[in-house]
Amino acid sequence: MNASARPTPQAAALRDPAWAGRVFWIGATLVLLWPLGVATEFRPWLLLQPDSLRVSGHFMASFMPPAMAPDFLRLVARETWRTVAIATAGITLALCIAWPLTLMSTRVLSISALSGRMARGPFWLRQGLRWVLIVLRSVPELVWALVFVRVVGLGATAGVLAIALTYGGMLGKVYGEILESGEAHVTEALLRNGGGRLQAFFYALLPQNAAELTSYTVYRWECAIRSSVVLGFVGAGGLGQQMDNSMKMFNGGEVATMLLVFMALVALADHTSAWLRRALG
Amino acid sequence: MKIELQAVSARHPAARDGAPAALRALDLRVADGESLAVIGPSGAGKTSLLQVLACALPPAQGRFTLDGVAPWALPRRALQGLRGRLFLAPQVPPLPPRQRVVTAVLAGRLPAWGLLASLRSLFYPSDIPAAHDALARFDLADKLFERVDRLSGGERQRIGLARALLAPARLWLIDEPLSALDPTRAQQAMATLVGVARERGITLVATLHQVDMALAHFPRIVGLRDGAVAFDLPTAQVTPELLKQLYAQHEDELHGPAPELADPAPTAALPVVMHCR
Repeated sequence: MNASARPTPQAAALRDPAWAGRVFWIGATLVLLWPLGVATEFRPWLLLQPDSLRVSGHFMASFMPPAMAPDFLRLVARETWRTVAIATAGITLALCIAWPLTLMSTRVLSISALSGRMARGPFWLRQGLRWVLIVLRSVPELVWALVFVRVVGLGATAGVLAIALTYGGMLGKVYGEILESGEAHVTEALLRNGGGRLQAFFYALLPQNAAELTSYTVYRWECAIRSSVVLGFVGAGGLGQQMDNSMKMFNGGEVATMLLVFMALVALADHTSAWLRRALG
Repeated sequence: MKIELQAVSARHPAARDGAPAALRALDLRVADGESLAVIGPSGAGKTSLLQVLACALPPAQGRFTLDGVAPWALPRRALQGLRGRLFLAPQVPPLPPRQRVVTAVLAGRLPAWGLLASLRSLFYPSDIPAAHDALARFDLADKLFERVDRLSGGERQRIGLARALLAPARLWLIDEPLSALDPTRAQQAMATLVGVARERGITLVATLHQVDMALAHFPRIVGLRDGAVAFDLPTAQVTPELLKQLYAQHEDELHGPAPELADPAPTAALPVVMHCR
């Protein structure tokens, strides 16, 4: 009797029982992904063909060196400021849309749901407001911008309104999710002791979720800056509009400079968010 | 506040079907300004009883009135007004982690304040002396401007109790107020609660795991078992035999302190997945 002959039953017991399932699901995922790749004509190797390499090489090479002419830099600075202003004004308006909708639609602040099921009226009110949020955010800001450019003309106003509507819908939804995913005990206790909904919000729900809400809002601000570029392409003002011009004139250096400015803005948003989280955490 | 329960049954909304009701045909009458302790083994329905009294859990059957009014027959707004005159202190103190102690304690005042007054108090605490006095009674005066999540479990529990002193309530419903306190603090907290309730003529119903504490501080003891009243007597008439019967098969809870409910440190909300597009 030596050690190697003995442990057959034991070896079977020591095998990971989840192994077969894991292999199956990996295989199933690959099989499911294959038709998707075909449907989207996903052929990454085309990128490496000499023709494509030459074209993209030319394009990338035109980025160097970034344009640094003083006149152009002054223009970029002014448009950067405008972009930040569009994003900030858009987010501010979005907050004005989102907060009332969130407060009215979140379940945590329901008084009738404290003792069993939510009453019918409040339930349908909350459901209706959720649908409003869905409508607001399911129309992409690009579409809103095209609409508003026709209404208020080319320029920043269209961008601000477009961001306000779409982002209002997104913020309202995610704020609601943040408030509902946290510990409800504290809020419930205040409501149970006769507090009002807004009192419970300010004394329990908000302090409990402040860091999460702030960091999400800053992140949305960062998204709004990026999205204002896209809106600029349809004439809603800011850096995007300049970038569109430079692209059309094949001026890679100018595009590169503006991309660098974007990276700086995103990094700034990142640091602000980290700092705010630390301050509130 | 006068309490009357007649043949009240209640089950928890989250209870699975077929599980026995938490309260079964329970009778209880409490006069205005009376103090009583509810004792009994785990699962006897002590917390459910408090929830029914706090108008948090509607009774499935039976008659339940506070000061002669049936709360569940009231319109919702009036019910919420009535809740403002009750104070339910849950076993785990409901304190948001980032809040300061002074704000957490003053939150007891909310039912008496309008929205504007409560917002003003967030900007500058409205009644710092009252909050200080309430905390001082629980030996926490030096923690007035600390943040809640920097305190120990026992300190948080006493802050939850200090909040009761600021509530505009005529009925205190206190669930296991001593579960995280050491014996000295427990003595002090109990004496404060019972003393202030008597001073102000507030009706006090407390559930307790510590039988000796209940016997030492309360004039009336209600023993609860399997969702019904096993005995309801003046403290002097509670005999060791009665207690032994009440805790039959749960002797460890009668002699030793009950297994402590874990008091998890208050935590921030779980992060939500963020998606841009």
